[in-house]
Amino acid sequence: MSTGLTGLTGLTGFAVLPLPWPFEREYMQLALAAGLVIGICAPLIGTFLVQQRLSLMGDGIGHLALAGIAAGLLLEVWPVWSAMVVAAVGALSIEWLRSRRRATSDLALALWFYGGIAAGVVLASRSTGGSGAILPYLFGSILTVDRSEVLLVVLLGLGIVVTVAAFGRTLFAIVIDEESARVAGLPVGAGNAVLAVLTAVTVVAAMQVVGVLLVAALMVLPVATSRNLARSFRGTLVGAAGIGAFAVVAGLAAARQWALAPGGSIVLVAAGTFAAVGVLGGRTGARRPVLVEAPAPGTAPRDGRDPHDDHEHEHDHDHPGPGSG
Amino acid sequence: MTVAGEPGPAVLAAHGVSFAYGADPAVSAVDLTVAPGEFVALVGPNGSGKSTLLRLLLGLLTPDAGTVELLGHPPRELRERWRVGYVPQRRILDLDVPATVAEVVASGRTARRGWWRPPRHADRAAVEHALDAVAIADLRHRPVAALSGGQQQRVLIARALVAEPTVLVLDEPIAGVDRESQRLFRDSLVHLVEHHDTAVLLVSHELGAVADDLDRVVVLQRRVRFDGPPSALAATGVHLGVHADDLPRWLEDLQA
Repeated sequence: MSTGLTGLTGLTGFAVLPLPWPFEREYMQLALAAGLVIGICAPLIGTFLVQQRLSLMGDGIGHLALAGIAAGLLLEVWPVWSAMVVAAVGALSIEWLRSRRRATSDLALALWFYGGIAAGVVLASRSTGGSGAILPYLFGSILTVDRSEVLLVVLLGLGIVVTVAAFGRTLFAIVIDEESARVAGLPVGAGNAVLAVLTAVTVVAAMQVVGVLLVAALMVLPVATSRNLARSFRGTLVGAAGIGAFAVVAGLAAARQWALAPGGSIVLVAAGTFAAVGVLGGRTGARRPVLVEAPAPGTAPRDGRDPHDDHEHEHDHDHPGPGSG
Repeated sequence: MTVAGEPGPAVLAAHGVSFAYGADPAVSAVDLTVAPGEFVALVGPNGSGKSTLLRLLLGLLTPDAGTVELLGHPPRELRERWRVGYVPQRRILDLDVPATVAEVVASGRTARRGWWRPPRHADRAAVEHALDAVAIADLRHRPVAALSGGQQQRVLIARALVAEPTVLVLDEPIAGVDRESQRLFRDSLVHLVEHHDTAVLLVSHELGAVADDLDRVVVLQRRVRFDGPPSALAATGVHLGVHADDLPRWLEDLQA
């Protein structure tokens, strides 16, 4: 891929490290470096998105990024930059639609999901490379990343980690109860905007690793697994990042060993980890993976709950809305 | 609790407030004040406008007519918003969150501390105090999702208390919780009012647990139907242990 960062190549100072198989070669070490950054950062952002029930946010923005890539190809500018601009603007618009209740979260995502991929195909068809030029971005090409691309991914990853470290507590307060955060005076709008832009940055950084079609998987699958293992939010964040890193290492090793597509291999390892935790959880009595939405608190007893709840009576109450209190 | 004749400036006030969802009026010309250290209950049947009035008072909705003041300021102009503690209805929250009790309670301190600052010793001490205040200190490392409804309710109250608010607003806090949790809830509120001079506005169908501790009861049915001490309400022949199903009849009795 064209990098646009060739001037920075000399700054990377990347030397081939004496790593064991399958990472003894330079191209595998570059893939490992880029992959680890994404394997750690994508679940960090995904932990907040999953709690906000925006698990498909990465998917929607990925399709928008595709339109940005195609626009870059058409305009002959570096596609990563155009993808970044389109993805960030799209992410902010999704958040705007959601926060203003102009559209439900899934409808807002669907609008961009289909609009983005359609725009990507149409714009790419008018570029010099034709529609085939966007294929590497659809499925990723982590084994062909060069040093400057790795540098870009590392810089984006650092930005994501620093921002999460600075905003993490505020984002946590917002994603568990947005209305109370607003009453308390926390910058809810700014926090959600930061999360939307971080999602866009992560998608663009990850599109060379797993491709835009699979980027959301790295935001969601490690989080789904970690939520079933951890007891705390901090533990969920750390666990999800660890599982993401493991999926990258194991996925790259599997791809090298059996000549598989690396992006798909990484995601399949993440999915397999989720399933394995489910099987082991069932045998050991640990919390089993949950894919269906849990009942609203108070509407049904849950494992480990006080038996008093079985007999709790719930009254109808007045939600704000037409004709109600 | 307040001493008669010394109400002080209002911490919460609605002056002639009206609001409608489209053509459907939710509250009309409502006047309501809560003084520092006052313990007030807002009651009314479903659809009476309680939650709408509460959202207007908190600045989450803008009134069509009238004005609202939070701690003497229009809600949007109040800088120290953390001085208003809010306990939302437990049922409308997604508490299937992978977080411990201590993490959720500590999140209530973020606004007061400044969202950009890491927690300090005073913040950690405030979390411990809030956990103790609602008797959940021994649950601090438990996942919130694994708690009973009553325990989760106390977590939400602790999260509101941890910022040491001047006024605490609670929306249906005891709906569907067991009697022991109701008792602990009542003790916590009385402690706040008596020892911290915190004003409390409680929106609830069920007031049995706190009926003897209230300074005032406000009965709402789009308009304020009654505003006075519980004894005056009792003199009308109705009592505060009324079940939600009987509220409409109770209001008819009140208006008769």
